[in-house]
Amino acid sequence: MFNIRDKGASVWESWSPPARSSFVLIVITLVALLPYAGNFGPTSFLDTPISSYQAVLVYPIALFVLMGLGLNIVVGKSGLLDLGYVAFFAIGAYTMGIMGTMTSLNTWQILPFGIFFAMLSGLLLGLPALRLRGDYLAIVTLGFGEIIRIVALNLSVTGGPNGIVGVPTPPAVLGQKFELDDHAGYFWVIFIMILLVIWMIRRFTIRRPGRAWEAIRQDEDVAALMGVNLLVYKLWSFTIGAAVGGAGGVIYASKTMFIAPDMFTFNTSILVLACIVFGGLGNIWGVIVGASILAYLPERIRFISNARQLVFGLVLLVIMNVRPDGLLPRKKREKIREKQAI
Amino acid sequence: MFEVLIDQFWSLTIAGIALGFIYVLISLGYTMVYGVLRMINFANSEIFMWGTFGTVITNRDIFHYTQTSEPAKGWKLALVLISALLMSMFVAALTAVFVEFVAYRRLRMKGTNRLATLISAIGISIALAELMRLLTDSRPVGSPRVLEKMILTEVWGANIRLDTVVTIIAAAIIYILLERFIQLSRMGKAIRAVSQNEDSAKLMGVNLNRVITVTFLVGGLATGAAGFFYITVFEYTKFNIGFTMGLAAFTAAVLGGIGNIRGAFLGGLSLGLLEVYASAVLGTQWKAVTVFIVLVLVLLFKPNGLFGEAVQQTRA
Repeated sequence: MFNIRDKGASVWESWSPPARSSFVLIVITLVALLPYAGNFGPTSFLDTPISSYQAVLVYPIALFVLMGLGLNIVVGKSGLLDLGYVAFFAIGAYTMGIMGTMTSLNTWQILPFGIFFAMLSGLLLGLPALRLRGDYLAIVTLGFGEIIRIVALNLSVTGGPNGIVGVPTPPAVLGQKFELDDHAGYFWVIFIMILLVIWMIRRFTIRRPGRAWEAIRQDEDVAALMGVNLLVYKLWSFTIGAAVGGAGGVIYASKTMFIAPDMFTFNTSILVLACIVFGGLGNIWGVIVGASILAYLPERIRFISNARQLVFGLVLLVIMNVRPDGLLPRKKREKIREKQAI
Repeated sequence: MFEVLIDQFWSLTIAGIALGFIYVLISLGYTMVYGVLRMINFANSEIFMWGTFGTVITNRDIFHYTQTSEPAKGWKLALVLISALLMSMFVAALTAVFVEFVAYRRLRMKGTNRLATLISAIGISIALAELMRLLTDSRPVGSPRVLEKMILTEVWGANIRLDTVVTIIAAAIIYILLERFIQLSRMGKAIRAVSQNEDSAKLMGVNLNRVITVTFLVGGLATGAAGFFYITVFEYTKFNIGFTMGLAAFTAAVLGGIGNIRGAFLGGLSLGLLEVYASAVLGTQWKAVTVFIVLVLVLLFKPNGLFGEAVQQTRA
């Protein structure tokens, strides 16, 4: 099948380094200007029926891209099926909620804590769970996602079903204020985080952990025979994915100023997973495209309000049947080896 | 903390066994498909949910029972119960075969990766649940009481209710029938052959497509029967009950050793009992947490589930 990713890669490789850097700069500038894309007469069709285009751009689109990239490290790079990714997002969000309302720390100071707690929980869950084979890992992570939600629902420190109200917004950075109805600032913060995560993934991919993950994904037994320490590298992948989710959660809580257990259901985990499989597993650009489409689509089709989830389910079904490798599949050479491995 | 458990041990046990048998039948749906395809059938929870509506429709629209009408008696009772059971099994089996046809077949023919199939199954599962939500206006649907919940006898201080007894006996019969089908029939043998080695089974002349369809069909029948018993015990259904029940049943299948029919049986029963005891000791809200902690502990020490996965004779 026609593989856009390989075409893009061959064009990219034919460019000289200055052309590459200027292209990257142009793309970054264009994306950074995205919050204003809905301001010019005809482009107001980007506004969704309920919320403004700018609001949708921050949540769900930008946050889903961030979470998709995080989950992609776990599922796409190292082949570990995680069905409870929302747990780490929730841990980040509740860290922000609890510490933001009870201590005087601000969002930027809490961010490292959120990442730390998400990583810690990833480590604690991963230590027993990552010894298990694929499908068992799926059910254990799924259960973990539910546990976090149930615990948040039943503890008093998390406000039970009412959640936490009045989570503080971040203080201004470089003159950029963060207010409830000002979405551009949040978008830029998340955009910077996305760029950092992309950079991190690209660095990892060409270095030792990336090679270890690739080996684990293609064939665990062979990887173990070649001396890859399975548990250690799986744990790394799991905790790094968790860290990204936790960071997303902190920003999310700080933006919405209110969190409740209902926001962290199994559906969110599934949606993020669907984003990355839909866009193209293991491929950064595929994940970004998939997450943007799947996050925007349900908001856009709100005019068929009641049936939108139905349409969403059918879209997943049809696209997976037509393009099983996603819209932008991973590199051909990686895919061929994957087929042989199965 | 443990007073409730000690006081009502036997009645809890009986409730747990009844719940366990419902789990057994649903987890058969998961375990059979897993045995043949090596894949979680994500839509099984919605197959169960559609199955429960089979019973509601039979009771309410075919036999015209209402919330206020007298419970049925004698032959009429048997007729209504059996037709409701058959209806549930029929609806669920139909849904299961439909799911296989729409979400699995094309991807399997292409030989694509497992995650694509998983997402496609999730897609059909969302669509099925949402379709039912639209049909029922997101409201819970109560089922008229057909089987009177009378107390038969009292054993060790526990009331033995009629619906519990019916559930336990009938579910056990259905389980035994299915197990015998897998063990003895020609088709059952083919299913076991495919689950052991797909390629060799194909070389031996097994019609793979038909085997897979039959697997979904049989799994659907079991899941549908579970839907009937669910209605008999709880008397209401909703478009989203599939998720909780499906999750629990899948846990049960993993607990017993997925892909293993007897594992599903023992796993389902243990999970039913565990859930009931855990709610009595810690409160209902911690039920799911306890179950998952037990699951993780079991998998840590017995990675193939409590009763093993690779028992070739019982595997289906």
